[in-house]
Amino acid sequence: MTLMHKLLGAAALTALGAGSALAEPGLIIDLGGKFDKSFNESAYAGAQRWKEETGNDYMETELQSEAQREQTMRRMAERGANPVVVLGFANASTLEKVAPDYPDTNFTIVDMVVDQPNVQSVVFTEHEGSYLAGMMAALASESGTVSFVGGMDVPLIRKFACGYKQGAKAVNPDITVIENMTGTTPAAWNDPVKGGELTRAQISQGSDVVYAAAGGTGVGVLQTAADEGIKAIGVDSNQNYMHPGTMLTSMVKRVDNAVYEAFQSAEEDRFETGIQVLDLGTDGVAYAMDEHNADLVDEEMKSRVEEAKAKIIAGEIEVHDYTSDDSCPS
Amino acid sequence: MDLLTIIQILDSTVRLATPLLLACLAGLFSERAGVIDIGLEGKMLVAAFFSAAVAAATGSVWLGLAAGVTASVTFALIHGLASITFRGDQLISGVAINFLASGMTVLIAQDWFSQGGRTPSLTGGARFSEISLPGATALREGYRETIADGVEPSGVSAIYWDLISGHTLLVYVAIAMVPVSWYVLFRTRFGLRLRAVGENPGAVDTAGVSVVRLRYAAVVIAGVLCGLAGAYLATGLAAGFVKDMTAGRGFIALAALIFAKWRPWYALFACLLFGLLEAVGNRFQSIDILGIGIPTQFMQALPYILTVVILAGFVGRAIPPRAGGEPYVKER
Repeated sequence: MTLMHKLLGAAALTALGAGSALAEPGLIIDLGGKFDKSFNESAYAGAQRWKEETGNDYMETELQSEAQREQTMRRMAERGANPVVVLGFANASTLEKVAPDYPDTNFTIVDMVVDQPNVQSVVFTEHEGSYLAGMMAALASESGTVSFVGGMDVPLIRKFACGYKQGAKAVNPDITVIENMTGTTPAAWNDPVKGGELTRAQISQGSDVVYAAAGGTGVGVLQTAADEGIKAIGVDSNQNYMHPGTMLTSMVKRVDNAVYEAFQSAEEDRFETGIQVLDLGTDGVAYAMDEHNADLVDEEMKSRVEEAKAKIIAGEIEVHDYTSDDSCPS
Repeated sequence: MDLLTIIQILDSTVRLATPLLLACLAGLFSERAGVIDIGLEGKMLVAAFFSAAVAAATGSVWLGLAAGVTASVTFALIHGLASITFRGDQLISGVAINFLASGMTVLIAQDWFSQGGRTPSLTGGARFSEISLPGATALREGYRETIADGVEPSGVSAIYWDLISGHTLLVYVAIAMVPVSWYVLFRTRFGLRLRAVGENPGAVDTAGVSVVRLRYAAVVIAGVLCGLAGAYLATGLAAGFVKDMTAGRGFIALAALIFAKWRPWYALFACLLFGLLEAVGNRFQSIDILGIGIPTQFMQALPYILTVVILAGFVGRAIPPRAGGEPYVKER
């Protein structure tokens, strides 16, 4: 078995050495894990879809700790993966350093901008999607208080919170929006107990709709919302199925499309570096509707959200982006 | 801040303090017997995983609890084997336990459930449900009705229906463990010998009592208590296991143990204090005291700061058991 593996490995290496035309794309799954029911899982789904549709293979590794970023990125590039897709804002400083060393390899970074000639930066307009989520929360709320649970306290998560707040205020200017961040270290992405406790604290302050943008911590938030009978909004992947009946919607971020497109464009030799913005117009972000939340979203809510969506796309409503000036208008 | 808010914060304090308290008492037994245990975190984590996994597979929270405690005791015995029988370094053995737990749980979970190192969400009988004490529901309804009538109630009744009633079984078990631990350690022959083993194992040995057996007993008790703590996290507070879900609570429990100067009742208050700090931090993102805004991060760091203050000897001295950390070698 081991011998077989070695032989296959050697064969693969020779094949890769033969020319970059044979290069497989590579995907580095970020901390939080492949099946986080959220961000990483969405990326994985995109890669799998590409694999099924094209019949081609791709390389994949999963980070286990913060310290492995550079090593993993370099190894992936050296094994001949092209393009190498990395997920998450935390990779930016590492990629900044690694990309110039492999000028013949293309990289794609999701959620952050890295200004290098061989890097494609895919960013989403999470503030717009969160704005729609905020509108739905405010429309569904009976208490006039809605809340937000973030994962690690970083500008990207503040961007979610800020968009959510603006959307809620657009519907009801007097609404109270409670914001909580789980922590300041990467452990904040994996603490469902604390997520649940934050949600309980918010409920006791009157919140009846909670929006979780917190990776694995969000599992605890959505669970507590279901236990306590309030509505919840999921994030990144469509999480509506997790607790049918209490999930109002999910702010879907099509990371899968970003990964699929990076793989496919390289395959078709039309990979472009530079910044790519996936927004409401291109369905890069959206609010999820399916059979699990159909009963919770009435026609009025839907039409108001659709109207706002059209206005944002047309530029009539401008949603403030927290990351543009590190502040949120109150 | 009205009374109800204070009660809600205290309610949250009790929930957050429970895993700390169980882990802290586990450390107390182990260290009182002279076996330093920094593997509390790892034992809680395996217990959290196996309790959630077995509960998910069988649908019974009790089987889950049994599996969690068994797993934790197994890890405790590994720690005992390395540090008591083979006289290895107790700190290194503890660290190894933490690493083993962190890696092993995710690996088994992935192989078992294929959900990326987590267990499926637990529902119904696979979770500990909240126990409503007699009369709590009626009082709660009464409270709601007074609000509906437009009268602002005092909220005193909430002390019963919110703070005292409505927790899961393990919370009451944890609190009951405090007097039990005190009694066992300070009022029984076993407890006297156990403490003696942590202070002067040579004397215990001279008296004809087995040091090794006592230390193993202490380590197993620690395993059981950590097992309860882990099961509470995964099947009481949360609904399933997530990678590294203990999130440093084992280390906070160690800090509480030092803060409590290795005494059961002090441990209760230390854990409640640490729980309170977290609950307040959860409730308020920043607190204004005399016009100065204190960020929540400060509240999160406060348990560690307090421990350092205690260790530095500013607020009384914390003197650990004298034979702690040393393997016992019988003279020949």
